[in-house]
Amino acid sequence: MSDAPNQVTTSHSGEHAVSRGHSLSLQVKRVWQGDNGSIPILLGLAALVIYFQIQNSVFLTPQNLTNLFIQACFFVLLSMSEIWLLLLGEIDLSLGFVAGIGAAAAVILTETKYNWPWWAAVLVALAATTGIASLSGVLVIRLRLPSFIVTLAGLLGLQGVLIWLVDKQGTGGAIPLHNNELYYLVNGNFTPLATVIFMIVIVAISSFSMLRADRNRRTSGLDTNTKVTITKIVLLAISGGLLIWIFNTNRSGFTTIDGMPFAIPIVLAVLAAGSFILIKTKAGRYIYAIGGNSEAARRAGVNVNRYRLLAFSLAGLSAGIAGLIYASRLGGITDGIDGGNLVLESVAAAVIGGTSLFGGRGKMINAVVGGVIIATIPNGMGLVGMSAATQYMATALVLLAAVSIDSIARRGSTVLG
Amino acid sequence: MENAPESASPSTSGDGREGPVGSGASASPATPLLSLRGISKNFGPVQALQDCDLDVPVGQVTALIGDNGAGKSTLVKCMSGIYAPASGQTFWNGQEVNIHTPRDASDLGIATVYQDLALCDNLDIVQNMFLGREETKFEMLSEIKMELATKQTLKDLSVTTVKSVRQLVGSLSGGQRQAVAVARAVMRDSKLVIMDEPTAALGVSQTKLVLELIRTLASRGISVLVISHNLLDVFSVADRIAVMYLGTIVSEGPIANYDTASAVELITTGESSRVPSRLSSSL
Repeated sequence: MSDAPNQVTTSHSGEHAVSRGHSLSLQVKRVWQGDNGSIPILLGLAALVIYFQIQNSVFLTPQNLTNLFIQACFFVLLSMSEIWLLLLGEIDLSLGFVAGIGAAAAVILTETKYNWPWWAAVLVALAATTGIASLSGVLVIRLRLPSFIVTLAGLLGLQGVLIWLVDKQGTGGAIPLHNNELYYLVNGNFTPLATVIFMIVIVAISSFSMLRADRNRRTSGLDTNTKVTITKIVLLAISGGLLIWIFNTNRSGFTTIDGMPFAIPIVLAVLAAGSFILIKTKAGRYIYAIGGNSEAARRAGVNVNRYRLLAFSLAGLSAGIAGLIYASRLGGITDGIDGGNLVLESVAAAVIGGTSLFGGRGKMINAVVGGVIIATIPNGMGLVGMSAATQYMATALVLLAAVSIDSIARRGSTVLG
Repeated sequence: MENAPESASPSTSGDGREGPVGSGASASPATPLLSLRGISKNFGPVQALQDCDLDVPVGQVTALIGDNGAGKSTLVKCMSGIYAPASGQTFWNGQEVNIHTPRDASDLGIATVYQDLALCDNLDIVQNMFLGREETKFEMLSEIKMELATKQTLKDLSVTTVKSVRQLVGSLSGGQRQAVAVARAVMRDSKLVIMDEPTAALGVSQTKLVLELIRTLASRGISVLVISHNLLDVFSVADRIAVMYLGTIVSEGPIANYDTASAVELITTGESSRVPSRLSSSL
């Protein structure tokens, strides 16, 4: 915190001149400082996409992009669940296996042996994952242990539980998914018409709420940035249009497969719900406050432990949804899920997207950006024909580059701000 | 500054054990907002506070000065409900009160701005100002309402150096951060703002900003109790001085009764050749 009284007073007196004349340079500065977080990383993603497209023109076809989005769904969901904890400055290393256990529970319960309806199996699976993560939370809070250690124990223990659950069914370490509804989570599609209607409704609702928020601020005499709002709406509409084109192009050579996979609106729903809680409710505000300065939050009268537990529970719930998507895409569940690796990749996705490992900074949308990047690397490199060894090294470089950009940008903001 | 010793410390005449104004009747203009009588506190065998008497009048700035370990922080923690005193009485507007928890203190209207300010750097000014008591409508945060109230409060306190109330607190200067912490206390309808070393970490112009803020508070009828080591600041901002020495308040009175030399004497020895000390009178 450098004292810069002159700078402060100058910028105050020149406030209007700044906002009129140099809005572009301010905007650039804000991007660089990380206020708009994901822009450097989006440029990085664009570079990756261009490279892959030049190397193999299959990359940017609607078929491959739909495939890529489906591959990303699991990472995005697991990463969103991890963000609940990263915002607090905590971590849950067991979430990969929590997701695995949710998947196993849903698959086993809908099997012929039990033959539960899909919705009951889903409810039990989500309750189980929420419960397991909440238990980690209780241990962290009550015993005042570091979440890293508690959930490391969870990672080891839950892997054991998962192997036991799957092997007990006596199907040789893998249980196929027989339930149609669960299978369709990833493999079923909207009709092309429903896809169009869905996208239009989403874009319309978002635009309407953004414009209304803008107008409310203006009528209350607060400064607004209508240009930015309009830009956002235009970008949103363009993305919606692109997604319609991608999803509604026939993906099969033999028969017709088109329309948006069901997994996409599921991810969007989790994203919307998570963002709503974080931005619009007291619980979300307190999660940020605790991550920024838990002592300050406590002195302000916030029941810190209650919201820490809530974050663990929400992480478990989202991890359960991720697990369902995983089982649906795999068409079953095996005892060989590498939950440790999956959870680390989801943390990487969150960090690449712009969420801080040290708490207090991040958004649910970071998981989408990071998850898509994490999924793009193996997808694109597979098409280009690079080996698994190269893929791991490339992922490492992207992760390092993302955190470096973030760190440099934040150092800049302390000096400039 | 050269005062006759007899006229110093009017409030110390009589031992005042029965309350600030006789039997603690209803508030009158002369009644101090907060009065401590005979406050003692020990941590095991260590006597941290002994028979502390202190008056904090309405709308005035009282400076609590003393050397390291004199008990200033302990006394403040007794006022803000962090510690419960072992013995002694606390009067609020002449009425005896018991402050057991920070909640009790804030319900009375006592706000303490600690040295670390207890702000969240990752939240903006509005979010910090309303932390823990957000305005909501249908369980959703009413951002516009909170932003307007924040702007109004900062304006009332003549805090004009912040560019935008949507700025992250982490990007503010030390003085601005102090201003946000004080504004938060004021917005909660505090009647007494206790500030622990508000200028300790600040440069010259930032210090000036905070001292002006303290005067603004007093002019709005809010009492301020400032703990400070910096006698220069104390003499430029305070209406009254209370000196602590080895766990007790040895001298208390209007600023005019003291000068730097006598204040230093009282801080270091508990006595002064020119200002009467409770220590010397009780010995």
